[in-house]
Formats: sequence, structure tokens, C-alpha cells
Amino acid sequence: MDGAVALGTFLQHLINGLTLGAIYGLIAIGYTMVYGIIRMINFAHGEIYMVGAFVAVTAFTLLAVLGITAVPLALVIVLLVAILFTAAYGWTVERIAYRPLRGAPKLAPLISAIGMSILLQNYVMLTQGARPKPLPPVLTGGITLWQGEGFSLGITYIQLFIILLTVALMTGFTLLITRTALGRAQRACEQDRTMAGLLGINVDRTISMTFVMGASLAAVAGVLVTMYYGVIDFYIGFLAGMKAFTAAVLGGIGSLPGAMLGGLLIGLIEAFFTGYVSGAYKDVAAFSILILVLVLRPTGLLGRPDIEKV
Amino acid sequence: MTTQTLTHRAPALLKDAAVAALLALVLSIPFIGLYTANSDQGQGLAVLSRWHWVGYVVAIVFVGRLLFSLAGDALARRRMRNAGKKPLVSIAMGHTLGRAFIVLALLFAVTLPFMPYSDRYVLDLGMTVLIYIMLAMGLNVTVGLAGLLDLGFVAFYAIGAYTFALMSTVFGLGFWICLPLSGLVAAAFGVLLSLPILRLRGDYLAIVTLGFGEITRIVLLNWQSLTGGPNGVSGIPRPTLFGMSFDRRPPEGLSSFHEVTGIEFSSEHRLMFLYFIILGLVLLASWVVWKLRRLPIGRSWEALREDEIACRSLGINPTASKVSAYATGALLGGFAGCFFAARQGFVSPESFGFIESALILAIVVLGGMGSQVGVVIASLFIVLLPEFAREFADYRMLLFGAAMILIMVWRPGGLLSNREPTLKLSSLKGAGP
Amino acid sequence: MNSALPLLEVSGLTMRFGGLVAVDGVGLTARTGDITALIGPNGAGKTTIFNCLTGFYKPTSGRLLLRHPSRGEVELQRLPGFQVARHGVVRTFQNIRLFPRMTVLENLMVAQHVGLMAKSGFSIAGLLGLSGWRSAEKGAIDKARLWLDRLELTRVADEEAGNLSYGMQRRVEIARAMATDPLLLCLDEPAAGLNPRETAALGELLLSIREQFGIGILLIEHDMSLVMRISDQVHVVEYGRKIAEGTPDQVRNDERVIKAYLGEPEEEEMPAEVAQDLNIGEARP
Repeated sequence: MDGAVALGTFLQHLINGLTLGAIYGLIAIGYTMVYGIIRMINFAHGEIYMVGAFVAVTAFTLLAVLGITAVPLALVIVLLVAILFTAAYGWTVERIAYRPLRGAPKLAPLISAIGMSILLQNYVMLTQGARPKPLPPVLTGGITLWQGEGFSLGITYIQLFIILLTVALMTGFTLLITRTALGRAQRACEQDRTMAGLLGINVDRTISMTFVMGASLAAVAGVLVTMYYGVIDFYIGFLAGMKAFTAAVLGGIGSLPGAMLGGLLIGLIEAFFTGYVSGAYKDVAAFSILILVLVLRPTGLLGRPDIEKV
Repeated sequence: MTTQTLTHRAPALLKDAAVAALLALVLSIPFIGLYTANSDQGQGLAVLSRWHWVGYVVAIVFVGRLLFSLAGDALARRRMRNAGKKPLVSIAMGHTLGRAFIVLALLFAVTLPFMPYSDRYVLDLGMTVLIYIMLAMGLNVTVGLAGLLDLGFVAFYAIGAYTFALMSTVFGLGFWICLPLSGLVAAAFGVLLSLPILRLRGDYLAIVTLGFGEITRIVLLNWQSLTGGPNGVSGIPRPTLFGMSFDRRPPEGLSSFHEVTGIEFSSEHRLMFLYFIILGLVLLASWVVWKLRRLPIGRSWEALREDEIACRSLGINPTASKVSAYATGALLGGFAGCFFAARQGFVSPESFGFIESALILAIVVLGGMGSQVGVVIASLFIVLLPEFAREFADYRMLLFGAAMILIMVWRPGGLLSNREPTLKLSSLKGAGP
Repeated sequence: MNSALPLLEVSGLTMRFGGLVAVDGVGLTARTGDITALIGPNGAGKTTIFNCLTGFYKPTSGRLLLRHPSRGEVELQRLPGFQVARHGVVRTFQNIRLFPRMTVLENLMVAQHVGLMAKSGFSIAGLLGLSGWRSAEKGAIDKARLWLDRLELTRVADEEAGNLSYGMQRRVEIARAMATDPLLLCLDEPAAGLNPRETAALGELLLSIREQFGIGILLIEHDMSLVMRISDQVHVVEYGRKIAEGTPDQVRNDERVIKAYLGEPEEEEMPAEVAQDLNIGEARP
């Protein structure tokens, strides 16, 4: 019987970890895409996700006031609204803080990005207040998968929704990158921006679209996290951003499947470490594993090893 | 001519400004136009609106964008007119100015405590600036000279501070013994950190060092039995001068400064003393860094930044260069931590968050990467700007973030981006062979 | 001089990248006091051979034997990369690698790092300004001056290396390599991008370096007139394999070399430099 309880607990951690990992993965894609195309760490990306979460809170609350309570309808509206506004923020961040710095010394855009991160955090704090924003549960209930003696294994509808939506988005996104003209332009810019420009690709526009896409996925992550935890504050972007960036590097920065894999791994490490060892040190575990992976495989799990050009 | 071009360009400018205003409208709707307020009872939120603010923002952006474009035009015209003329400050003149700045800054720093306006607040601010100069000098070795990105520099600062805090409170060691210990312990961690990341390049370094900084903070926060967790360590003793204490009633076994010297007791003497210790050590450290840059080790750091492959082709061991750069940077960071602990008399993990790392890095980059005078100017700027913006209280971090972006856009190479050679044939004595 | 054992003896050098065999069992020798040229069509694997030789790649297999006058026989492929230069095998790069934001003089000082670092007492003596260090530094500056003079760079000694013209940068790179006192100087296409006058001067320079210092020079070069004029020995590689070696005259008349450069065996014999200009090395049927 103890064995069953142990197995049940294990599976529960697995489900929790996958949920968390899906959210990290969605944010990590933004880091990885931007890095792939302009070789910079978009430090403000975590704040973009936070902006998405705040838009979601406002939208959910407003819908409740307006009396739109049908869950599927409300979800669709909130997702669209969050994507729209957050994408606008993503576009603007690139336009203001990064585009003027193209071709500048390597660290200049990084500092600009840190400045943008500080700016956005304080902007949201000033306009929305510093107190945490609670949100009543949107999706309640779940499925009990396994009812044993003294424990039960279940997956909530929110978890299910998060995992399914992430899988759907990832599939759609992979198609977007591999099958459309925009995706082709993006991959071309990744390889050689000058050449892509000479061949008539609008490089500025392609880079802008990369930010817009990254921000859209971050917005979805923001909506999901708001529903999952039921409370957010202006500071969530920093930690989530850092974990997602860790995930992107772990998976091999520049690689889309890598970002998703890295996200899942970070989520699982967090869930299992919290469950079995200590919640306080879960971030230490995540970072330690990252360092270990990079020492053994400096390009991350799915990153292409590059032969040093001499 | 001017008016003609202006009328000609007016529609384009207006359209441009209108687009910006439209974007501002979209951006401000969910944050400025609408906001959620926590209701006092219970858990709920209420959505409130303030549309007039959106109106102001849109208007400001429209007018601002228009003026910005016009100013940009004017600037471009002036630049065209001035093309071919000598720049305002030539490089040679820049060096003279730099030397003059160093002399003036030194004079100012030494006389600061004796100025009539100097009170506790001014001295305290002076020490903060000095501590940041020390930190930035350390990071400047790693990032500015050796070109190794480090986003977790605060870890060495924290390790230095906690080394002093724990050594003094647990083992009863004094400031002068703990100062070198703080530096050495931090340097040892610098070596430890540099080992796993020797093979990593560029941005991978960023995340690993960032992780190292966070790991340090989390450990300090959670290792209750050693570090006191979030409560930190308090009761750190004050530095003494040749065994003389600056307290009114010196601790057992120490004489007191005011009794020995016969100078009337003033609690400000202690601050002045601490200020001069820090000033003296910062000057010493900057001399050492200045000198190191002119030694083979310093040149190998800069060469490493410029081209690692070329370094290897000349027999330079990149591993040794990297480890020594991290260790030297960490050493200075550890000293700065020790100063911090000595000044505060108290340390806790919240002083060592990522934002500190970001600020120190910002100083190095703003200063112009590798420039020591730049580090001093940027430290003054970064520490004093938020102080001057005190009236704006809540808005100061917002303005600070905006300023970081603007300065980078305006001068991507930092404020002082001219590198001074470490050796000049033209200023060497003696004729060639 | 040529009767002694060669300074460098490469045997069975193979370098594989995944499935691609870039260098396949190449053997070659370079002698002290000789200029040895390595030629071959683009993509033949010349630079890969250089990279193996100078410690940037670990060869898949093969032996790189260096006869060091004081350290005896050293197998270069066993050394950590940066140690190769410390044993006197120093190179330049096809796409010039200077320290662009450092001055020309500083570039030459960095080249003398290994000796200076020890003399600076790992910076302690240097910080204290001890006389041992000061005289070592003066010696290094004098050596830098010597090479600056020799390569007509004294005028630009205090300029940032990255701001110089292409031809000058090439010269700085050679001066920097020579400042390390090498046994074997490996030059990867030193004449690329130079005009005919500069190329001629480069030839004179290499000959005079060989004359005066008696070191070995190993040269990758596409400029056949230069190669044929100054080389003592020429090795020809194609598709990662060595196809010929000998004096310039022998190589010039070697059928396989002509075939490699011209592709068509029945064509009239054409001077190698014309073949180079036509660049038909790759256009094999």
C-alpha cells in the first residue's frame, strides 16, 4: 500500500511539474527566438509576461462585471485581449530600446534591456498598485485519476487546459516557423541578417514580428499563470523570466524544441525537488542542473554544437 | 529653405506622430485607462477607470514625438554644417580633462568630510558612492577588461559582507583582519565559479553567473543556522584605529579615540574615520588596477577580450587569464562587501538581489567598459540620480530605468568610450635601436 | 642545414568532422632555414592542417613531431592548444586576428606575454616595480621596436591596430608572431588582399627573415608567383590528401598537380598562376 501512495505522490508531482514546465516553456520560446535572430538576451521578456498576466486580471474582472460568465467564451476573449495588448508592448519594447542599438557594442542592448525591465516593473506597480491581485478561480474542478487509500491522484481542469493549450500552440508555432514565409524569413535572418536583407527580406519587420510572437506566447503564459495560481503581483516577471531563460539555455538557446524541453525539465525539477527535498532550495537545484548541463554540453541539450572557426 | 522643407515634410511628421499617439493609446488602455483596485474587505477586485489620463498620455506622446522629430532634423542639419570641423573635445584634450577631473575629484573626496554642509547624510552618501566605485572597479576587470560577462557579481559583494559579519560576530575578529579575509574568500569563490564556465562563451556566461548570484542569495536566505536567514547578521563591530575605538564607551580592552587624542567626542568622527578608510582603500585598489592594466596580466585580459583565438596562438593560457580576471574582480567585490558590512553594522540577504548586479554592470557599461574615470563618473551618476529624484519618490526607479535606456541609445559605447593605451611609443624615453 | 633532421615532421595526419574527412593521412616536413609552401585548391584542407598543427584542432589521428633544440622531440598533438606556441610554432590567420582595440605596440607586447608574465613575478614584482621586472619590460619594448622598424610600422605604433589598412594589419600580424621568437612561423595566406607591390615586399621580408634568423617558415599561399619564387619546398594537397611534393620546379611540372589545378589532362600546360586566376580547381567533371 505504501508503494501505491509513493507512486501516487510521484505521479502527482509529475503532473504539477508538467503544468509548470509548460508555462516556462511558453515564456522560454520568446527568449530563444529573440536570441536566435538578434543574439541578445531580451531581459525585459519576463516583464512582458507579467504585463500579460495583468491584462488578464483586468480582463477577467471586467468580463465578470459585464456578466460574461460562460467559461469558454470568457477564456477566448481574455486570451485574445491579452495577446493583443501584450504583443503591442513587445513590439514597442523592441522599437524603443533595442532597434536603435543594432550594431552597438554587445553589452549596450543588454543594459538597455535591464533598464526596460526596471521601467516596466515600476510602470505596472505605479499604475496598478503594489498589492498582489487576487482572482477568483475561473476553471474549477478536475478529474480524479486514481482513488487509493489515503490519497488520490488527480488532474485539475486548469492543469489539463494548460497542457493541452501549450501542446496546441507549440504545434501551431512549429508549423508557423517551418511552413510560412514569415518563418522562412525568420530563419534566414537567423543565419545571416545582411544577406537576408540583400535578398529583399524586410529585416526590421521580421525582427519586430519575432518580438510580437514571443510576446504573444508570453501573454498566454501570463493568462495561464493567473488562472493557475489565482494571484499575481508586479514582481512575478523577474523570477519567471529568469527560470524561462534558464530553460531556454538548458534546452539549447536558439532551438524551439529545446526551449520547450528546457521548460519542462525546469518545471519537473522544481516540482520534484519541492516535493522530495526542499521548497526553499528548488531554484538552487534548477540552476545547479543548468550549470552541470552546460559544463558537460556547453551548447545546451538540443543546441547545435558549433565548430570553432579559426 | 528651412520653412520650405518643413512644410514639405509636415504631413510625414504629423503622420508619424499620429502613429506614435495611436500606439500610446493602445498601450495605455489596459494599464493607465483601466486599473484594478483591491477591495478592502475580502478578496475581490474592482475595475476602475481614469480615461482622462489616457488623454494626457496620448497628447504628450503626440507632441513629444513631433518635437523629437523636429529636433532630430535640426540636429542633423547642424551636424551637416559642422561636418569637417574639429570635434568639440579632441582626444588629447579629453585626456587633459580626464586628468583634471581626477585631481578635482580627489580634492573633493578628501575635503568632503570637513565641509560645512557635511553631515551624516552626506558622509553616508559619500561612502555609498565609494563602495559602488569599488564594486564597479572589480566588475570592470571581469567585464570591461577581460570581456567576461558577469550578471551575478553581487554574489562576491555578499560573500565579502557575510565573511566580515560572521568572522567578527562568531570569532570576534576585527575589521583589519577580516578585510583581507573578505577579499580572499570572495576571490576563492571567484575561482570556484570560473572553473565550470571556462568553456562557455558570451551569453551562456550571463545565465550561469546570474544563477550563481541567485544561488548565493537563496543560500544566505535559507541557511538559518549560519546566516540568520532573512533577519541577517547584526552587531558587526566598527573598525578601530590602532586599537582605538570610536565609541563613546569603548568595548572591553580597547581605548577610545576621544580619550586618547583628547579631541572632544563626536559620533561623526566614527563616520569620518570609516569614510577615510574606505576612501584610502578605494584609492589603493584603483592604483593597483591601473598598474595591473600595464602589466602582462592586464594586457592578457584585454587581449582575451579582443580575441581569444589570437591569444591562444601566442601561447597565452586563456584559462589562467579567465580565472585570474574573475578572482581579481571578486577580490575587489569582497572588499566592497566588507566596507558595506562595516558601514551598516548589519547585513541581510535583501541587500544582495539581482538589481544590485544590474546596477554595478550598468555603472561599468555607462562608464565606457574598461575606463576607470568612467567608473567614477558613472558611480556618481547611478548613486546620486535616485537621490536627486527624491521628490519623485515613487517615480524614481521608473525614471532610472528610462534613463538607462536613453543613455544607451544616446551613447551605446558608454560615457567615456575612448580607450587609453597602456603604453605609448611616442612617450617613451630614449631613441630606438 | 638541410642535411639535418627536419624541424617538423607530420605523418599520417587525419582530421575528421563527423562524416567529413577534411584531411586524410597527410605527411609533410618543414626544415629550419627553409621556406616550405603548402598549396592546393580552395577547400583542399590546408587551413585544417594548420589548425591541427598549431593546436586549434585535435587531429583524429597522426603524429606532429617537432624537434625542439632544447626540449628534444615534442609531439605537438599531445599538447594543450596554447602550449604549441610556447614550443615555438606560431601562426598567423587567414582572416587577420589582431587585438583590434589595442595599439600596434601593445599587440607586440602581448606577444611576449609568456616570458614577461614570469618576469613580472606573476604581477607582484610588477606591482612593486622591482628592477628585474623593469629591465624585462624594457627588453620587451626594445624587441617590439625592432620588429616595428623592420616592418615599417614605427609610425603607427600608437594607433589602434583595428584602424590600420589591410596591408598594414597583415604586417602587424607577422611582426606580432615574430616577437614571440618562433622556431617555425606558419603563415596562412599572408599575401591575400595585398597589392602586387606589397606582395613583392612580403616576399623580400620572408626571405630576409629566413636569412637573418634561420627559422623555418611554413606558408599557405594562393599567389603562385610568390610561392614559386621564394619556396624551397612545396607540398600540394587536394581533397585532403597530399598529391605531390618537391622543389617549385618539380611541382610545377607534376602531372597530378596540373590536373588538380586545371582539371583537364588533355589541355595545354598552363602556368599555375593562370590556373589560380581561373580558379578551376573545384570545377572537376
